[in-house]
Amino acid sequence: MIARPSPGDPATDAGWTTDQPRLGFFTDTSLCIGCKACEVACKEWNGVPDDGFDFSGTSYDNTGALGADTWRHVTFTEKLVPAPGGIGSGGGDEVRWLMSSDVCKHCTHAACLDVCPTGALFRTEHGTVVVQDDVCNGCGYCVPACPFGVIDQRRGDGRVWKCTLCYDRIGAGMTPACAQACPTESIKFGRLDQLRASADGRVTTLRAGGAPDARLYGADTTDGVGGMGAFFLLLDDPETYGLPPDPVVTTRDLASMWRTAGAAAVAVVASVAGAVLAGRR
Amino acid sequence: MRTYYGRPVLKAPVWKWPIPVYFFTGGMAGASASLALAARLSGDGALARRSLGVAALAAAASPPLLIADLGRPERFLNMLRVAKATSPMSVGTWVVSAFVPAAIGAAACERTGRLRRVGRVLEAVAGALGPVMCTYTGVLVADTAVPAWHEAHRELPFVFAGSAMASAGAAAVALSPVDGTGAAIARRLLAAGVVVEGAASQVMERAHPHACAPYRGAGRAAVLATTARALTVAGTAVALTLGRRRRPAATAGGALVLVGALCERLCVSEAGVESARDPRATIGPQRRRLDQAR
Amino acid sequence: MAECHPVGFQWVMEAKARGATVIHVDPRFTRTSALADIHVPIRAGSDIAFLGGIVNHILANGREFREYVAAYTNAATLVGDGFADTEDLDGLFSGFDADNKTYDPATWQYAGMTTATAAAGHREQAMGEAHGHGSKHQGAGRPDSDPSLEDPRCVFQILKRHFSRYTPEMVEEICGVPPELFTRVAEALCANSGRERTSAFVYSVGWTQHTVGVQYIRTASIIQLLLGNIGRPGGGILALRGHASIQGSTDIPTLFNILPGYLPMVPARGPADLAAYIDAYNAPAGFWGHMDAYLVSMLKAWWGDAATADNDYCFDYLPRIDADHSHYRSTLDMADGRVKGFFVVGENPVVGSANGRLQCQALANLDWLVVRDLVEIETAAFWYDSPEIDSGEARTADIGTEVFFLPAAAHTEKDGSFTNTQRLLQWHHAAVEPAGDCRSDLWFYFHLGRIIKDKLAHSTEARDRPVLDLTWDYPTHGPTAEPDAEAVLREISGWGPHGAVDGYADLKADGSTACGCWIYSGSYAGEANQAARRRPGSEQSWVAPEWGWAWPANRRMLYNRASADPEGRPWSARKAYLWWDEDSGRWTGEDVADFVATMRPDYRPPEGASAEDALRGDEPFVMQTDGRGWLFAPTGLVDGPLPAHYEPHESPFTNSLYGQECNPARLIHSRRGNRSNPGGGRPGADAFPYVVSTYRLTEHHTAGGMSRFLAYLCELQPAMFCEVSPELAAERGLVNGGWATVVTSRSAIEARVLVTERMPALRVQGRTVHQVGLPYHWGRRGLSPGDSANDLAGVVLDPNVHIQESKAASCDIRPGRRPRGPDLTRLVDEYLGRAGITSEGP
Repeated sequence: MIARPSPGDPATDAGWTTDQPRLGFFTDTSLCIGCKACEVACKEWNGVPDDGFDFSGTSYDNTGALGADTWRHVTFTEKLVPAPGGIGSGGGDEVRWLMSSDVCKHCTHAACLDVCPTGALFRTEHGTVVVQDDVCNGCGYCVPACPFGVIDQRRGDGRVWKCTLCYDRIGAGMTPACAQACPTESIKFGRLDQLRASADGRVTTLRAGGAPDARLYGADTTDGVGGMGAFFLLLDDPETYGLPPDPVVTTRDLASMWRTAGAAAVAVVASVAGAVLAGRR
Repeated sequence: MRTYYGRPVLKAPVWKWPIPVYFFTGGMAGASASLALAARLSGDGALARRSLGVAALAAAASPPLLIADLGRPERFLNMLRVAKATSPMSVGTWVVSAFVPAAIGAAACERTGRLRRVGRVLEAVAGALGPVMCTYTGVLVADTAVPAWHEAHRELPFVFAGSAMASAGAAAVALSPVDGTGAAIARRLLAAGVVVEGAASQVMERAHPHACAPYRGAGRAAVLATTARALTVAGTAVALTLGRRRRPAATAGGALVLVGALCERLCVSEAGVESARDPRATIGPQRRRLDQAR
Repeated sequence: MAECHPVGFQWVMEAKARGATVIHVDPRFTRTSALADIHVPIRAGSDIAFLGGIVNHILANGREFREYVAAYTNAATLVGDGFADTEDLDGLFSGFDADNKTYDPATWQYAGMTTATAAAGHREQAMGEAHGHGSKHQGAGRPDSDPSLEDPRCVFQILKRHFSRYTPEMVEEICGVPPELFTRVAEALCANSGRERTSAFVYSVGWTQHTVGVQYIRTASIIQLLLGNIGRPGGGILALRGHASIQGSTDIPTLFNILPGYLPMVPARGPADLAAYIDAYNAPAGFWGHMDAYLVSMLKAWWGDAATADNDYCFDYLPRIDADHSHYRSTLDMADGRVKGFFVVGENPVVGSANGRLQCQALANLDWLVVRDLVEIETAAFWYDSPEIDSGEARTADIGTEVFFLPAAAHTEKDGSFTNTQRLLQWHHAAVEPAGDCRSDLWFYFHLGRIIKDKLAHSTEARDRPVLDLTWDYPTHGPTAEPDAEAVLREISGWGPHGAVDGYADLKADGSTACGCWIYSGSYAGEANQAARRRPGSEQSWVAPEWGWAWPANRRMLYNRASADPEGRPWSARKAYLWWDEDSGRWTGEDVADFVATMRPDYRPPEGASAEDALRGDEPFVMQTDGRGWLFAPTGLVDGPLPAHYEPHESPFTNSLYGQECNPARLIHSRRGNRSNPGGGRPGADAFPYVVSTYRLTEHHTAGGMSRFLAYLCELQPAMFCEVSPELAAERGLVNGGWATVVTSRSAIEARVLVTERMPALRVQGRTVHQVGLPYHWGRRGLSPGDSANDLAGVVLDPNVHIQESKAASCDIRPGRRPRGPDLTRLVDEYLGRAGITSEGP
């Protein structure tokens, strides 16, 4: 009943019979300069409303988080690290400023899609996960289901919104708006298999070049979400970037949950029966 | 623990008060329908009639609550586009769609005295679906990334089942003459429900101390938890002692337990929100898992 | 660069991926620093000391590229006996007139050569009459030199002496940069320069907006010449501009003192006729030796058939320049009622220029003001919405300026070209029609000129002839009669008897050719818009000559003769770019030669040769009269032939190197509303104990006209803020996310507080100095209104280019929002009192 986890192609699993390759993003944060062109390009192309004009005081991040009105979000993390060779200001520490453009992960096993009761969320032929805004009735179930806090309900609209990986653009052979706008190719778009292959080489290069903490996030198909359609190269722990370190698709435990519910239902039956029968003695 | 400016990793559930209230009404309706069926089978027509009435009223309140909380209520029928086993809400939608008309229909037949045979079938359907109504909502909330809910997925269905039984029992206690067999059955069900719920809650909070922190903290969930516990204990005590002899005490005790059960559902809901908003609750268990695997 | 030029920064990232070391020197740790290999925090306003330290490191350790330096720079050239250095005069060069605060450059000249002409800068210095020297013939003969570089009068030895005290310890004392870090940078540069490798400098207004801005660039030029990084692939000094096509607006200038193609404007008391002008400005050697062809062709382009040999090609029609009419001088003249009308086009001086209060005062004193912009910017709204109206200092009812706001079309709504910093013209085509009454600037000026000509059509006044005789016949199209931008490009590029010319070599002084701007000549060669070429990089050589068009002559690198050794061979196979091909008898390689293509490396000019033929075959700097790269600039600069470290006009510190504190030739326009904070060591200086610098953010565009009115940009940086270190925050009780008020003797502004480790405190002269960082984008209008950083800046200028010192000043900062209404004026007055600034003060 609940097919979990199958590391196969999610589009095929979803019943697509086309031989379209799975498409995705590889966001290499070691190349990100925090220009936020991705955020703006995304909003321009997709007509996403602005998010309000609030000064956050959290470095240069005034966007805060992904949400219904933010489908690309550039994080800015400032930290002091020991300087190599003790050079720099402030007693041997130097500043490190990590920037990363976060986005919907388009999970192989997508909780939002799994729990959606209307079928508004669906798996596209490219293996991506998209909300049909003409179907969504705003039940909100996908919102707490997402282990990354990506999808959210838009106030005043009631429906949920998130990155579509520019379904309209990629269907026409174009590059998603964010990747198109990225000046440093920090956001790479393409066939997921090819992106993953290139990412491994990039990690090796960076590690050899003095970034021992470089690692991929979401490239492993055996992880809790079966690998991400949008994966990342990070230079620090995921939580530094506001990412969960070991996300698991909640529906992985669904069979167990139903069994528990069944046991609880049996307990109800037993209790009711017991309550009735106990009086007969 | 490192976080991104203390910001949540997850999005908090967007459900507002109608949903936890529905958990209460749906659970009470389900358990009451089962109680009615059991009473009917055991020959206690009065209890069956009363519990069926409770089930029908609670069932009737449920769909409006569910629809009211939708972002686009006019699209509630979209729930019936698909049937998805991976979506407890979809499963629940179909169960509710069968249960609610059955419970209301059965009660209507009972009250009007018409179509008795149909009424009995509907009563059976509602009674059979009752345990599902009591427990699927536990899966519904557990099948999310919210730590307080998901981590507790082995306990929550029991918590919800216990609470539902306590509610059904309490309603029946409140409505039944104190000296009848129905009241005795109701008291037993109330007691069983309180015990199951209490035990399951204890197990849940002990098994997942980090994820379940909101139940013990200083936030609204903790206040609701304390309130729910106090009301439930007090109500149960009154119902099982004074309530055995005096109708007003039984009514008061039952009412206290019902309010307690409502608080319990609000509490679980609020705990989920607080837990989702706390990045440490999300990151902590995951980081420990990774560090242990290392 | 990542902050302000993220698109261009992709090439830095690509270089980094190919192994380049990226070094970022900036008071703040910026997005650029985040991606750089080394970040050097530096005290704002101290860069000459830092760069001078590198010069000293090179010279003291013999790290210069000796063959390059000896052959291609003026290192060997001897300077006249009269020259005295800052080392001799405690911070002054010889020739300083203390009364007028100006230099006479006479003593800076080469020995044996009367006056050399600079390739750029104040080229009029070379013209005798303008400066009262007898001879107007410059550069006759070759200067004396000592190829061994040992003569104490040679530039190389002067340079050594001049920078000998710029030691790592001195760098630390002045800049707050630890010696180890400094040495690491200097060594990285040296190690990455020479035959096999080259290094590039990139700068922006962080270097130019100082009272010594031009000398900052000069110091970098000296480093690059010493290391052999000019005229070679991967080398150079790149100026990043604040807007698209700033380069274009100096090539075809919006500046007051030059004509298109850097031809000098005619002084009112200068050459009386065309022959005198040519005689005065024509260089005896190098490509500036064809001034006559360039100017006559320009006159033909402007006045067409009316320009004939008989009337000096309408030379008399050219406006004469009588004084300083730079932006700030004009602002002061407006405030004083001497300038009555003002066009503001694509600029927002109330927010973007120093001293917003002074700007508003100036605008309020005009008869009329025309603002052409996309939105109603602060400069258009000053008469009813300004800090001065808030404070009660100005009243709308008292402002008589008639303001015309004319909506402008955006670049996406019109055809035209951008010229970028590497002199590359790139054409853009209109994507959509402008909305409503929005019109292109080309439309505006064309029709304005047409209407003026119509109104004067019956005039018989001689003064109207220059307007009436102007060629003004561009074809138009569409319902709005939009002029054809390509027709304008064709005129700029030039034509002759046989149609469009191929380049400036085709231009003649006999009136047979017309060319609007000689350096752009050839941009319409072959009757085709060369700037519109877009052949992908993958389909051509790595130099990509068929993408757009670069002036001059589609040359992608200037002075590229220097990429080969004196004998014409590449310095190394790795850095081969242009070389002499003996078989074909030509210079060949990746680019168009910036040299006479057939001039042999061993060419020696015969007696009487002129222009480019007067230079040797191994002298690559073809725009200089001596063909050499100038380590020492005998002319062209009004504040000294060599850079020297001077403290900013407003500095909390004294000059560690010289008794002379600041650039002695800087322009101070002290007046009410434009007082200066006392400099280091002076009484009252402690009222302004912190260093303040302004800058841009990626999310906004300059003075905000193009960004503060767009929701998608405003949400990314929604409020004016200041950046301070945790130490300064603690010292002054500033809270992250709260408010602070920043005060100078001009004004006080409020800003949200961003406390960050990226704003490090530095140790300078043995004490800690904190720096306050202020983005300057905000103003009162748009979706995210905020106070303007430039309200704090004073009008104190670099004497060479009249640019304001807004990158380094002193300030105070205090917690909380600024006072409202008249209390704001009272707060500033209180500071003036505390600093001892009186109405007579500096």
